[in-house]
Amino acid sequence: MAGKTLYDKLWDSHVVKEREDGTALIYIDRQLLHEVTSPQAFEGLRLASRQPWRLDANLATPDHNVPTTKTERDVGIEGIVDPVSKIQVKTLDDNCDEFGIVEFKMQDKRQGIVHVVGPEQGATLPGMTIVCGDSHTATHGAFAALAHGVGTSEVEHVMATQCLIQRKMKNLLIKVDGELGAGITGKDVVLHVIGIIGTAGGNGCAMEFGGSAIRSMSMEGRMTMCNMAIEAGARVGMVAFDENTAEYVKGRPYAPKSDQWDQAVEYWNTLVSDEDAVFDKVVEVNAADIKPQVTWGTSPEMVVSVDSLVPKAEDESDPVKRSAIERALEYMGLEGGQKITDIQLDRVFIGSCTNSRIEDLRAAAAIVEGKQVASSLKQALVVPGSGLVKEQAEEEGLDKIFTAAGLEWREPGCSMCLAMNADKLGNGEHCASTSNRNFEGRQGYGGRTHLVSPAMAAAAAITGHFIDVNTL
Amino acid sequence: MNKFILHTGIAAPMDRANIDTDMIIPKQFLKSIKRSGFGPNLFDELRYLDEGQPDADNSGRPLNTEFVLNQSRYEGASVLLARENFGCGSSREHAPWALEDYGFRVIIAPSYADIFFNNSFKNGLLPIVLDEVVVDQLFTEVFASEGYQLTIELESQKIIKPCGEEIDFDVDPFRKHCLINGLDDIGLTLQDADDIRNYEEKRRASQPWLFDVVK
Repeated sequence: MAGKTLYDKLWDSHVVKEREDGTALIYIDRQLLHEVTSPQAFEGLRLASRQPWRLDANLATPDHNVPTTKTERDVGIEGIVDPVSKIQVKTLDDNCDEFGIVEFKMQDKRQGIVHVVGPEQGATLPGMTIVCGDSHTATHGAFAALAHGVGTSEVEHVMATQCLIQRKMKNLLIKVDGELGAGITGKDVVLHVIGIIGTAGGNGCAMEFGGSAIRSMSMEGRMTMCNMAIEAGARVGMVAFDENTAEYVKGRPYAPKSDQWDQAVEYWNTLVSDEDAVFDKVVEVNAADIKPQVTWGTSPEMVVSVDSLVPKAEDESDPVKRSAIERALEYMGLEGGQKITDIQLDRVFIGSCTNSRIEDLRAAAAIVEGKQVASSLKQALVVPGSGLVKEQAEEEGLDKIFTAAGLEWREPGCSMCLAMNADKLGNGEHCASTSNRNFEGRQGYGGRTHLVSPAMAAAAAITGHFIDVNTL
Repeated sequence: MNKFILHTGIAAPMDRANIDTDMIIPKQFLKSIKRSGFGPNLFDELRYLDEGQPDADNSGRPLNTEFVLNQSRYEGASVLLARENFGCGSSREHAPWALEDYGFRVIIAPSYADIFFNNSFKNGLLPIVLDEVVVDQLFTEVFASEGYQLTIELESQKIIKPCGEEIDFDVDPFRKHCLINGLDDIGLTLQDADDIRNYEEKRRASQPWLFDVVK
């Protein structure tokens, strides 16, 4: 019999009951909650007079709507200027208080983006199933966990039953072997992969990232990669357990303590795909081929290396794809054939659940240290992923480096990644962004997003246009 | 959830691949704490020429007359014809809520993003997968004849064209059962409460670090 993949093992260990129709009832160990996708789920519980199945499986924090300016944050919820956002954040507090769910409220220093907070607290552990009403829940798969986004009906389903009805996905392995070049990060690798397999390439699949380049990657880099599995269509991204994982988890507030730690690690060591495991599909990538990536269009698959040209529609033979390129070029205000490095920028955003962890901020700070933001830029924002990331960065003096260079240092939240708070792009503005989606209007009405790594965003902030981070 | 048994309605063509959830319902409307009322802002940035605001009156806003749903021939459409990877992007269930609130009951496309596909079934919205060639033919027919209607019969899993021709489609048996009977998943799962408790006790014994820590 063939061995098992990591996904097979995680799936098998969570099956409560298999059904005749091929679906299974799958147990969920952890649910993370935020203010946008939970209110209707709590309301559903209330209407049906149901209680949460297991309170200690849930952890909540507001992130999407929270303001990131210190003046608004210091006032608390009443300081949220947008009345609709204020109600949503207040509703999360009220629901968590009513049902007894642990919440890191807006002024708690542990508050932050759910996908930064979970791992930081040890609420994300290897071997778990983790869900959240947010598609970037795939992030947590970096810890050899089975993690994916769900809709609000399933948020309610998990709260009420601690389970989900699921059908097993296919196994997809992305194998990245070799050594990454200087300045190449997890962000560049995952954008490169999306460019190869396309935005629907992982539909119906659980995507494991393996190979020597992933083994030598930090947990932050792995989280960035798993975070964007969904941009390749895969609900689930995963990386096998190893010493890096253990080192990151050890000592976190909710991680197993001394007496249980060895027992946990013994089990976690089994959370790797077996040598003889069979994948439905394998995509091999040579790490040395990857250059700094920049998206030029309105889908994450519309990505090229920084030294390339914006593609021309006439070079595409498929009519559906050709019209997508034409539409994207028009929306982005770009000409096919122009140099990526000639794109002039209006704003820079460093943050989001993809790239707002301490390593990301260190990489950006190292680029801007002692330099000045280009005078042509309207704004360059740095938004840490959590209050604890912010505290750590300030201990290291990174905030001073950013502000001295002319970047704004903000309070934690999702911010300009999806512009649900006040941080957004103006109509027609180009932004170098470390976030995950370059869809039309994503960062603000008419906004034009270019996805890049933190170092590339920082370099763009200095020059006002894209530049290979290695040549700055 | 509304039952889905049989539906006949005008088909509207969204001739574009990778329609994402930000297009279906832009972020500013996700601030609502209700499940209803998203219909007027479905495809907001494509449908109107200005920027929409939550809780605002949409009746006086300038319409993009080129947008398919603003054309009189597609007024009252309830079957949406789309291209590959429909619903990619976020997990927001506001996307099927908006489609359903507008009046759509069926989507026909060659493929969908996984989370959107799953969310649709929870809201009485039937996403049908058909071969790309078949979808392409439907696009041609919809463009060619005004008032083009399709009938969708879930029990027999058939789409019936105006000419009487039938197209078979696949649907997951459990999802079909839930749609036809308008069943709430939670009630069904709770019938297995003893199995869930048994599983949970074993898990607590083998991995005690997963329990009673976040409190």
